[in-house]
Amino acid sequence: MKAGIVRFPGSNCDEDAFHAIADHLGQDAVYLWHKDHDLQNVDVVILPGGFSYGDYLRAGAIARFSPIMQEVIAFAKRGGPVLGICNGFQIACEAGLLPGALLRNASLRFVSAPARLRVESIATRFTSQYHIGQVISIPVAHGDGRFTADADTLARLEGDGRVVFRYVDADGESSASANPNGSLRNIAGIVNADRNVLGMMPHPERALDVTLGSTDGVPLFASILESMLAEVKA
Amino acid sequence: MTRFRCAIHIVPRRGILDPQGKAVADALHSLGFADVSDVRVGRHVIVETEATTADAARARVTAMCEKLLANPVTEDFEIASVEHA
Repeated sequence: MKAGIVRFPGSNCDEDAFHAIADHLGQDAVYLWHKDHDLQNVDVVILPGGFSYGDYLRAGAIARFSPIMQEVIAFAKRGGPVLGICNGFQIACEAGLLPGALLRNASLRFVSAPARLRVESIATRFTSQYHIGQVISIPVAHGDGRFTADADTLARLEGDGRVVFRYVDADGESSASANPNGSLRNIAGIVNADRNVLGMMPHPERALDVTLGSTDGVPLFASILESMLAEVKA
Repeated sequence: MTRFRCAIHIVPRRGILDPQGKAVADALHSLGFADVSDVRVGRHVIVETEATTADAARARVTAMCEKLLANPVTEDFEIASVEHA
C-alpha cells in the first residue's frame, strides 16, 4: 500500500501521519506538496492536521483551492480512500467532500486533551478492526472543532450510519460534559455517503504507542491496510 | 472598466451557536447594557475589483462570497455597499 500525505503550508501533523504509515504499518508513504497536481499513484490520501494557510478566513477555506486538492477531490469522487484528520477534516468539509462545517469551540478555548470516543460504525474501510460500541481514547487538539450541520444533514448522517465516532463520558454516554467543543450530537467523525472519506477531529496518529498514552489509533490504520489488501485480492 | 470598492458583511447564520457573540453579549450586560438581546460577531471584508458597472461588480462579489468568502453551511453574507474606488 502507498499512502500520500498532503503537505500544506502550516501542516504540522504530516510527519506523524508519515510515521504511522511507514513505521507502524510498514507501508510506503510519500508527501504530496500542495502546489503539485500529481498524486503519485497513491492508494490512500491523508489530509493531516495543522493550520493550513494559517487558518486564514476559515480553517481549511484556502487549502481547499490548492492545486493538489483538485486531484484529491477527483480521487475521492472515484472512490479513493481519503482520511482527513483535524485540519484535514475541516478541509474536507470546505471542499464539499463531507457535509457540515467545523466552527470555533463553544468554550472559545483551544482544547488539547485525550478524548474518549465511541465507535459508532465499523462499516467503513477505516474502522473495520474496531468493534461496534467500543470506547477508545484518542487525543484532540483544536480550536475549531464544533461540528455543525443543518437538521436534514444530521438526520441523514444518523439515518445512514455515517456518524463514525462520538465523544462519550466514562459511562460511554454521549453527554454534554464529554463534548470537548460543542459538536452537535457529540459528533467527532463522519464519513461521506460512499463511505470512502472519513473526517475526524481526534488524532489517531498520536495514539499508536504506549509511550504516548494510547494505542487506540492502531486499529484505524490497520483497517485501512486491511481494506486495501482485500481490494487487491478481489 | 471602473474600479469599485465593495464592502461585505459576513455573519454566523441565525440559529447557529455563536460563542463569540454570546461572550460579547455577556460582557455588554455586565457593563450595564441590559437592553442588548443578541450579538453575533462576523467579518467585514472589503474587495476592490474592476467592473463595467456597479451591478456587474456586485454580481462578481456575490459569486466570490458564494465560492469562498462565506461558508454556505453556517454563514450569511450581505453586500453592504459598492462604491467607486
